[in-house]
Amino acid sequence: MKQSIKYISVILGLIMAGYGFADELNMPVGVTEISRQVYGLHMTIFWVCVVIGAMVFGVMFWSIISHRRSLGYKAASFHESTTLELAWTIIPTILLVIMAVPATQVLIAMYDTGGEDMTVEVRGYQWKWQYKYLDDDYNQTFSFFSTLSTPKDQIENRSVKGEHYLLEVDNHLRIPANRKVRFLITSEDVIHSWWVPDFAIKRDAVPGMLNELWTIVPETGFYRGQCTELCGKDHGFMPVVVEVMEEAAFDTWYAQEVVAAAVREEAMSKTFTSEELMAEGKQVYTTFCASCHLENGQGIPPAFPSLVGTEMMTGPRDEHLRLVFDGVPGSAMQAFGKQLDAVQLASVVHYERHSWGNKAGDITQPRDVINLNSGQ
Amino acid sequence: MSEAISAVDHDDHSHGPAKGLTRWLFTTNHKDIGTLYLWFSFLMLLIGGVLALVVRAELFQPGLQFVSPDFFNQMTTNHGLIMVFGAIMPAFVGLANWLIPMQVGAPDMALPRMNNLSFWILPFAFAMLISTLFSEAGGPNFGWTFYAPLSTTYAPDSVTFFILAVHMMGASSIMGSINIIATILNMRAPGMTLMKMPMFVWTWLITAYLLLAVMPVLAGLVTMMLFDIHFGTSFFNAAGGGDPVLFQHIFWFFGHPEVYIMILPAFGIVSHIIPAFARKRLFGYDSMVYAVASIAFLSFIVWAHHMFTVGMPLAGQLFFMYTTMLIAVPTGVKVFNWVSTMWRGSMTFETPMLFSIAFVVLFTIGGFSGLMLAITPADYQYHDTYFVVAHFHYVLVPGALFSIMAAVYFWFPKWTGKMYSERLGKLHFWFSFVGVNITFFPQHFSGLAGMPRRIPDYALQFADFNMVSSIGAFIFGFSQILFLFVLIHGIRNGKPAAARAWEGARGLEWTLPSPAPYHSFTHPPKVTDDEAHA
Amino acid sequence: MANAAEDSSVYYVPDSGWYPIALAVGLIIMMMGLGSYLNAMSAGESNSLTQSAIGFGIVAVVLYCWFGKVIAENQQGLVNSTVKQSYVWGMGWFIFSEVMFFAAFFGALYYVRVLAVPWLGGEGAKSMTGDYLWPDFEAVWPVINNPSAAVFPGPEESMVAPNISNWLSYLPFWNTVILLSSSVTVHWAHSAIKAQNRRKIITWLGITVLLGIIFLGLQVEEYVIAYNQMGLTLGSGIYGSTFFLLTGFHGFHVTLGTVILFVQFIRSIKGHFSANDCFGFEAASWYWHFVDVVWVGLFIVVYVL
Ligand code: HEA
Ligand code: HEA
Ligand code: HEC
Ligand code: CUA
Ligand SMILES: [Cu+2]
Repeated sequence: MKQSIKYISVILGLIMAGYGFADELNMPVGVTEISRQVYGLHMTIFWVCVVIGAMVFGVMFWSIISHRRSLGYKAASFHESTTLELAWTIIPTILLVIMAVPATQVLIAMYDTGGEDMTVEVRGYQWKWQYKYLDDDYNQTFSFFSTLSTPKDQIENRSVKGEHYLLEVDNHLRIPANRKVRFLITSEDVIHSWWVPDFAIKRDAVPGMLNELWTIVPETGFYRGQCTELCGKDHGFMPVVVEVMEEAAFDTWYAQEVVAAAVREEAMSKTFTSEELMAEGKQVYTTFCASCHLENGQGIPPAFPSLVGTEMMTGPRDEHLRLVFDGVPGSAMQAFGKQLDAVQLASVVHYERHSWGNKAGDITQPRDVINLNSGQ
Repeated sequence: MSEAISAVDHDDHSHGPAKGLTRWLFTTNHKDIGTLYLWFSFLMLLIGGVLALVVRAELFQPGLQFVSPDFFNQMTTNHGLIMVFGAIMPAFVGLANWLIPMQVGAPDMALPRMNNLSFWILPFAFAMLISTLFSEAGGPNFGWTFYAPLSTTYAPDSVTFFILAVHMMGASSIMGSINIIATILNMRAPGMTLMKMPMFVWTWLITAYLLLAVMPVLAGLVTMMLFDIHFGTSFFNAAGGGDPVLFQHIFWFFGHPEVYIMILPAFGIVSHIIPAFARKRLFGYDSMVYAVASIAFLSFIVWAHHMFTVGMPLAGQLFFMYTTMLIAVPTGVKVFNWVSTMWRGSMTFETPMLFSIAFVVLFTIGGFSGLMLAITPADYQYHDTYFVVAHFHYVLVPGALFSIMAAVYFWFPKWTGKMYSERLGKLHFWFSFVGVNITFFPQHFSGLAGMPRRIPDYALQFADFNMVSSIGAFIFGFSQILFLFVLIHGIRNGKPAAARAWEGARGLEWTLPSPAPYHSFTHPPKVTDDEAHA
Repeated sequence: MANAAEDSSVYYVPDSGWYPIALAVGLIIMMMGLGSYLNAMSAGESNSLTQSAIGFGIVAVVLYCWFGKVIAENQQGLVNSTVKQSYVWGMGWFIFSEVMFFAAFFGALYYVRVLAVPWLGGEGAKSMTGDYLWPDFEAVWPVINNPSAAVFPGPEESMVAPNISNWLSYLPFWNTVILLSSSVTVHWAHSAIKAQNRRKIITWLGITVLLGIIFLGLQVEEYVIAYNQMGLTLGSGIYGSTFFLLTGFHGFHVTLGTVILFVQFIRSIKGHFSANDCFGFEAASWYWHFVDVVWVGLFIVVYVL
């Protein structure tokens, strides 16, 4: 039995070593008040378990070593003791009650969502996040999507993986330091889960339902997390990246974004050239469509149809637009009218109709998108 | 008619099995059916294990190597489903079939024909489920917990077959549990009072009640899914006034008791083996029985600890945290009693005992991580990471699966009349023990470091842990081929076994010759104090 | 030689036979057929229930043979009191599992009424859900206007009970009366068996079966009204969903119960039951009482409250 003792001590040693020497082996302490408290709970319960484990396994291995028949040990005949049974029922209960007290306190603190300085809506999509900054009446001021930016080449092992492999996005969420930020979390399609380990906040994004979270981050910097609820094919590829900014810097950025949103609004009435549309369209396509229909438009039939040379690509333009706008209910094809603005919609449809050998020969302008909806 | 009469003629219970394939297809014998269940579950272990190896192979290194993300999800999902419903549960039912009639002094199970039906539904159900993996749009890919709406609105077509397969497995389990309950309540030999029943019988009685209470709930749940998918209802769709979270509540009302269904019979098994090799009676039999009953009771009111992140109201979170923590108390009672049974025994360490000791240690480690998960604020950090994967594999693999292996070694002589090779058995144990820890221990660390579960590719800081874990998985996998070899070797070349194959073993089954006669007890045996509650 | 027929301490273990495996084969054929049918239906492709029907046919034939054999064994005296006790436990716990099946649906109804719908309507612990995501939705039960009327057009009316003074013209009320009386008649049939009054057994059982059929007829009528006049369908949101699943699965169980009772009716004509040997009948009557109790619960929470 020496061997199994060896293994057990190796395991326990590993744990100790892990906690003693390398942070990497343990839960991150994080940067918020709450995350430190959570870390504290984690370590307390961990040590409770270690101590109990050491006692139980200690007794067990003692008898394994010394109460062996090969040593000529004769079995005793006792087989019950009410005192002992009571003791090992009551003592663990007390321990658990003691443990439950701080856990309850932390939990209550986590549920205190009121008194926020600002509110951000976090909306999950297959497979990206949308961040909407809300004003005091919960009206949107501006919003954007946040999509994985790690190149396919790295994922498919054709090039060297970068430092933040799979934990990097095109547009990250920005929040100010030291302010209480409240998050309203929901989803457009399936259940996702929004997690930033360093803030110790994780909450499911449930379609049609709203969850609330809050955080106050004292330290600026980049914080990375991932979607943690299985949400389909690319569940592993929808990271969360948050930048915590100095308050002043954040305010500047915020003001700029509000202006930029107004500018984009104006662009809706502009007329674009085909080249402009193709360029913008390619970008939209890559971010929003290529995960299913692929970069080359071939799709992954039968689940995701090809867009090359199909009737839709050369048929009536409005039908094409309509489909992208409304999606196909009950399928993975989402209603992009809710996600993209008129410029993006027009350009992606234009792009599809004139790429990969598709030659529709028409042009689609933002106002066509607007007309499509006001016309009916 | 003629069959019924021939049944009368043959009713001296001394006739042996029929010959050929029809023996297995038509059998009503509890030993035959037990054997079928056990081989079936072993096959499922191999299939489920190979799927796990696909998962581990893909996760060996960062980047996508072998499978597409969607196929990866199918592997994870079917691995979970096959292991839970195909490997662990049928193995326990097989053991119940073999052992319960012998242990309570009965000739057979109470409802033998239904027993055969319970078994034969399973291979068909699994064949249907597994065949969807080869269909055009792919098999189930939404996790073994199949949360709506990923499993309804956004599911591949195969979800319909998945639902029907679950219905069939449920029917099988319900009939199986009814049979076990009727056998235990109705067919005990005179003198075998409830508080004299062997622990394995007790744990299975309670497990059967758990099954009866929750399998129909699962059936109701998949029925609602079926209607959401095909008939336009909106149970799990907020747009129609439903709620996706409702799905999770119902699922885990089934799912949590389900995980205890996979551990209570294991408790029973270990409670036979440890006393046998410590040559000392089980310590605290009565409190062991009460502990199992308390665990079963508590298992109905803790379900939402799987849902701490869905955004339940605070009161709900607190309630489920407290009740979940409480389960550690009766479970602790079991662990302490096992240790006290070993204390001042006269121990030897044959293969079944090795597996049982490993069970006690590693299950407890798994239980500890379970307790950590129960602390709600901490669970926000652990939830849906590999920490959870580590937790449940510790309770399921060196927990449930090791107990099954221990049982197979322990009762092997009784079943086959032969002894397996102790040397090979020990070899199998050590490979499994090392393999399982190499596989699952590092997952605690990758989980704490933040690696989500159910992902085919991961950030670079998780690479080392995953590589170790994958190597362990292959070691563990190969050692199960060794297991198969030990069994076949034992059946073919084993030395004949005595009736009481282990000197410390107690219980009615050891009063029968080895191998046990085709019909266990023609006449009810006398229950002596010595053979009662082993 | 130990023989179950003579020695009551010996348990009758039936010989092996083909029924179980044939039933399993029938079941898988039925299920595979059903799955293909449903998928084709939802995809709008041509579909057929033939395969399912074949499977169902096999199941039905096997069940007929199987139960026939069990009855025959009993008449040959092979089944002693211990075996009968096993049947009693078997049926009892089977009914318990059925109770749990309904519990899932009742639980779902409870959850949506007490938690989900109020949240969607901006009340309770998660009121932000309604305030922010569904500002137009109001939490009232029955839900007539769904959160998203575009996807789930609501019903025009619900099945909720009118004021108690108007119950005489309220169909579910009459269904309650019918089902409750049928529980009484089946009890009288039982008393008749105890009294060995063959004519009464047949009469009361016959009436029970008839009441079951009337109940089902009325329920079909109710569904027709719901679909044609009230716009209340499976697709009309959570109210329709819970209403049809609860009443529908109850109706399905009434159908089963009626078939089982009908079999007992035939058997009583054949004179199978004696005062202390009528388990087939008793099992059927327990099942019937169970169906009845479920209905009472259903009437209260689905129709009245
Ligand atoms: C055999 C199966 C089994 C068993 C026995 C357990 C046992 C326990 N489990 Fe586990 N669990 C699973 C299988 C199992 N679990 C599975 C499959 C999942 C994941 C499902 C999925 O999402 O896919 C899961 C997930 C899971 C979660 C959800 C995690 C998440 O997703 O965020 C939680 C949270 O509370 C939990 C808790 C517990 C607890 C408290 C126990 C307790 O019963 C443990 C009690 C035992 C001990 C504590 C050790 C012995 C006791 C002592 C020595 C006494 C003294 C000790 C103290 C007082 C500390 N489990
Ligand atoms: C019930 C029991 C059970 C058992 C016994 C196992 C056994 C194993 N499990 Fe698993 N597992 C689950 C239940 C179980 N699991 C569940 C419920 C999930 C969650 C699913 C979900 O998320 O939906 C899960 C998920 C899960 C994951 C996470 C996947 C993910 O999140 O993406 C992983 C990853 O490592 C894993 C690994 C393993 C391994 C390596 C084994 C090994 O122990 C398997 C060993 C067995 C064999 C390997 C077979 C025998 C050998 C052969 C047939 C010969 C061929 C062998 C070689 C070529 C080497 N399991
Ligand atoms: C999550 C996967 C997914 C994404 C992302 C996606 N689609 Fe689709 N798309 C689908 C699926 C699935 C269908 C088939 C729907 C059906 O008919 O059932 C489809 C169908 C289509 C069709 C109709 C094809 C035809 O011939 O019928 C067009 C056009 C289309 N998508 C355009 C787009 C555009 C433009 C984008 C990005 C703005 C996009 N899709 C993003 C999954 C996706
Ligand atoms: Cu989004 Cu996982
Ligand atoms: Cu649980």
